[in-house]
Order: sequence, then C-alpha cells, then structure tokens
Amino acid sequence: MTLLARGALGAAILALGAGAATAQQLAPSPTLDAIRARGHLECGVHLGLPGFSFANDRGEWTGLDVDFCRAVAAAVLGDANKVRYTPTSVQQRWPVLQSGQVDLLSRNTTITFSRNASLGVNFQGINFYEGQTFIVRTASGAKKPTDLENASICVAAGSTEERMAADYFRERNLKVSIINFQKNDDAIAAYDAGRCDSYTAGIGALAGQRIKLKTPGDHFIMTETISNDPQGPVTRWGDERWQAVVRWVLNGMIAAENLGVTSKNVDDMRANSRNAEIRRLLGADGNFGAMLGLPNEWMFNAIKQVGNYAESFERTVGKGSPLGLERGQNNLWTRGGILFTSPFQ
Amino acid sequence: MTAASTLGTRPVRASLLRRMKADYFATPLNAVVSLLCIAAIAAIAVPILRWALIDAHFAGTTRAECTGSGACWVFVKARFGQFMYGFYPPAERWRVNLAAILMIATTVLSFWPGLPRRALAVPLVWAGFLVAAAWLLAGGAGLTRVETRQWGGLMLTVFLSVYAGALAVPLGILLALGRQSELPVIRLVSTIFIEFWRGVPIITVIFLASLLLPLVMPAGWDIDRLVRALVGLAFVIAAYMAEAVRGGLQAIPKGQAEAASAQGLGYWQTTGLVVLPQALRISMPAMTNEFIALVKNTSLVSIVSIFDLLGIAQASLADPAWVGMNMEAYAFAGTVYWFICFGLSRWSRRLETARGTTH
Repeated sequence: MTLLARGALGAAILALGAGAATAQQLAPSPTLDAIRARGHLECGVHLGLPGFSFANDRGEWTGLDVDFCRAVAAAVLGDANKVRYTPTSVQQRWPVLQSGQVDLLSRNTTITFSRNASLGVNFQGINFYEGQTFIVRTASGAKKPTDLENASICVAAGSTEERMAADYFRERNLKVSIINFQKNDDAIAAYDAGRCDSYTAGIGALAGQRIKLKTPGDHFIMTETISNDPQGPVTRWGDERWQAVVRWVLNGMIAAENLGVTSKNVDDMRANSRNAEIRRLLGADGNFGAMLGLPNEWMFNAIKQVGNYAESFERTVGKGSPLGLERGQNNLWTRGGILFTSPFQ
Repeated sequence: MTAASTLGTRPVRASLLRRMKADYFATPLNAVVSLLCIAAIAAIAVPILRWALIDAHFAGTTRAECTGSGACWVFVKARFGQFMYGFYPPAERWRVNLAAILMIATTVLSFWPGLPRRALAVPLVWAGFLVAAAWLLAGGAGLTRVETRQWGGLMLTVFLSVYAGALAVPLGILLALGRQSELPVIRLVSTIFIEFWRGVPIITVIFLASLLLPLVMPAGWDIDRLVRALVGLAFVIAAYMAEAVRGGLQAIPKGQAEAASAQGLGYWQTTGLVVLPQALRISMPAMTNEFIALVKNTSLVSIVSIFDLLGIAQASLADPAWVGMNMEAYAFAGTVYWFICFGLSRWSRRLETARGTTH
C-alpha cells in the first residue's frame, strides 16, 4: 500500500517534471487539505527545552524546533505565524502524532530504527545532530574528548551518559576518573564547584546547563561527540505528499544556507540571481512548489519569514543566543560539518 | 495554639512577656529547649529570609539585574502575566478578571444569610456562575474564542479546581445516596464507580485521559484535552466526596428518616429535606479537605503538558533568558498554592464555627 503510493507519487513527480503539470495529477494529501481548511498548522513541540522550544516573556513559542514549524507554515500557508503549538512531554509525543492531534512533530526526537519501524512514524531529515560530549573549563585547553586523559569527569550514577563515557575511554585505553553523583544536578554543581575537570551530556543539554554556571563564559563545550543522536521532524505514516513537503522544507532551509540565500537578500536573489538552483528554490523559475501542491513561493516565504538554517540556528541555539553553541557537526557538509541536503533539481 | 491566642489578646505588653516567660522559660530545662528551638528556627529562617528578601533583587527587567546570591524576583515579575493567565491573549484578560470577580460574588452570595430558599437558590446561583464564567473564558456568542490551550497559570488552576469541584460535589452526593440505596442495581453501580475511581491513582487517570483516549476515540471525535483532564479529576474527587458524604449520612439516626416517612414524605422529600441537610453539615469539614486536596492535585495536570500554575512555572525555566531560576519558580508557585489552601482551610473553620458543627 505504502509502496504503491510511493510509486504513484514518484510517477506523478516524474510526469510533472516532464512539464505535464496539472493539479489533477497530484496525489491526494488529506493533511495539506486539513491544514488549509483550518487555516493553521498543528505542530507538536517540546514543552520546554532551552534554545529548541520554549515560550518567551511575551508568550511566543521560539527555538530551533519551533522555527521549523514556522517555516512549514510559511511554505504551506504563506504565514509563519499560522501555527498552533501542542507542547508535549516525552510520553505524549507519539500518541499526539499518531492520533492526528498534530500534523507534524518537531521536538528534538532522535531518529532510530525501532521508532521508525514500530511506531508508524517517518523521520523527514535531520535538523540537529545531537550527541554526547564534554564541557570543560576553557583554561584547561582540552578541545576534544581524547584530551581528557587523566581528567576527572562528573556524571550521574547509572545514567546512559556514564556508560557511554566509560566505554569510550576504555576502548581507547585512556585513563580517566569518573566521579559518580546521585543526580545530574548534583554532578553539574560539583563540576561548577571545581570538583571535576569535566561534565558530560548531550550538546543541547550542555548548552542549556552552561548558562546556569557561575561564569558561563569560562567554559567550553566540545564539538566532537561520542554518540550519534540525529534529530529531526517526524510525521505519521501515510500521506506521502505531506511527508515530501516537510522533508523538502527542511532541505530548502539547508540548501538556502548553502546557496547563500538569507532572509535579508531573498527578495534580491529571487529577482536577480542567475543561479539556476536558487531560481528554482525561490520559485523564480520552474514550478517546484506546484509539484507539491504548494504556492510556487513556498520556500521564498519560508526563508523570508524564518530564515535559512544558519539564521535559525544562530538565533536560537548558536552565537546569537544565550546558549552560544558552535555549529560543529551541524555545519554544512561543505564547511566541515555533516549537515546535508539533496539538490533542488 | 497558646502562642496564637496570646498574640491575639495583647492588651498589655507586660502581660505578654510574663506569659511567655511562664510558658517557655519556667524551668531551666524549658528554657534550654526553648532556646534550642529558637536557634533551630533561626538557622533555617535566616538564610531563607536573606535569600528571599534581604539579598533578593526586585528591580529591573532582565537577569543581568540579578547579580548577588539572593532570589531574582525580576524573573517572576517578567513572567507574572503568564503565571497568572498562561498564554491568554493580553487584550482579553479582563474576561478572566471578570470571571474571578463573579466567582467571589457568587461565593459571598451563596453564604449570605438573607438568601431565600437556600437549598434551591445556592445550586442555581452556582450553576449560573459556572455557565457565565465558561462563556467568559472560552468565548463564542459575541466574544472572541480563546482556545483552552492558551489558558494557563493560576487561572487554569482555579478553573480546574472550581469546575472539577462543581462536578464532583453533586456527583459525589448522588453516589453516596446510591451506595445507601435499597435498589441493588443502583447500589452496585455506585459502589463499583466509587471503588474504581478511588482505587486508581490520579496520575494514571490523567495519563489515560491524555494519551489513551485520543487513540481509542473514533476519527473526527476530539474532546478538548483540558476537558478530558477535568473530567478525570472530577471523577476521582467525586468518589472521595461520596465517601465523605456517606460518613455524614450514616451519622444521621435512622429514626429521622423513619419519622419523615411516617409524616408521609417520599424518598426524595425525606432525603432532600430531612437527611441531606444534616448529613452535609456533618460532612462539610471532610468535603473541604477533599476540595483542598483537589486544588493541590490539579498541579498533576502539568505532567501532560497542561500549563497550570506549576506547569507554566516549570515551562518558563526553559527560556534561555531565565534558565536556572528553579528556586524562584517553585518558591513562587508554592507560596501561591499555600495562600489558596491556607485561606480555604481557615474559611472552612469559620464556617464550621458559625454553624456550630465543631465537635
């Protein structure tokens, strides 16, 4: 059934690509129809994660994951503000998506085989490469995990992080002393008090915790990770066209960065750029939006209103935010990271 | 208790000192114990006071203003609107305030001695208030609609408490009567309902209402998730209320009902005019207890991402601008809960005294 639908969609896209584009040939998309009918996107987000998803003093949802919801709304409805957010806990996220309460889950969720296979959900790409890493005092000069030889590391006893760190150093025959604490909060407090040289957690979590330290500026979060937890937007099985929309909005934001298209220059780019891919991306040439059943300005709207991936990253978790994360792995594949997009051809 | 009553009557300062000396420093042992207690209290209270008041920061709008070791109440100030109203649109917040004023007016009215036909008037006044407040909060029929997901903060805590309480009281009374009924089917149904809801932890109920219900409901059916949590809470509290009322019912001597029957009164007249008024008066303290427990239990909805007072306080900790304000957030939420619950318990004591039901 799914294979058949995918085949049909592929055939439809090929036919459209050949210039035979008519609205009738589009595969039906109940999700897109529903979004248009109700006039807003229903987006499931984290109920509160610094930098990724939170409500600010004015009650507006902001963050890297929230930005993606806004980009999809801009692409589909032409207005990034036409999103309603459903904050979800760890337990709630799957039922909320499965039961159709949200169209899309953009909630720092790690892509794994078993989730894909057994929960009836598809991951539509990667918007953040999360991974376990280490925070150290900048003065220590340690830049990557292997620099931690003979160092002491604070961890919460029995946590995944403790096991991962122990395995990592044992495998490499590096001697470190791992100091156990009852809770994460105790471990980070001990690190802050100078009882250990390092503390370990996911990059995103570390960035959030660094702000709480006495002098956040004196601490460095390593960009090299010892685990692999790619995270991205999630949709339900079924409605292949909607899934393609979500996937390509994410690709579009990354492609825009790679092509140098920003929210500032997008008008100029659309009018004057001679780069064929930019012209297709922004709807100046071709009918890429129409192929998905969207307005041809879909990515133009998303980039104009939300920005490209780099703008979103820097504003929410990067240098322009209190979290101050380095791009690291989340840099483009052309600039030393592993963030990748397929071409708009 | 002694200290409180001493403070309550302080006509002459000297007598207070004398009383304190007699109460706390009468013997050397008493004096030592008193001094130790004072030292222990000071050891706890002084750092708290220093943190909460003396070293605390009140002025400003950003965390940069909070430099010392004291509490950063700037955070609570910046978030005060959200703590009170959640994401309720600022332009519409007057509706919440109006509903709150209506609630106070309704409460005062329903305890006003001059209210005619009290047994009928009180439920009617409250029903009127509940309908009016629901319309004010949710909108429709002339007012802008405000989705329940925009509700939050203290307003949501009060909403859940009042509406779950308003559902639970009549349901609880009916269940208590049902459990005492002579009709086996009614008795069985009431007993099963009460024992089931009393036997399930509220957290489980809230999880089931939030996670399972949407999956098993037919497509296109969507009950608002706040309503789901509200009904779940109401059922659990109704079961407890029922047991509180049953205690009152069983305290009424059988002779009362028999005498009423002998006068030619039917079941509903006997129950409504003779048994229930007395039983409810006896159950009042227990029912107030259940209501106070309900107010505190509403905070459990924060586990399903409904932003009640506790939920919104926790959620605001995720804003990088305020990360690390855990102590302030919980201290503020805890203080508000304490004032509400303490107020309720004082008020119920006054009611008991006024009606002469203290034993």
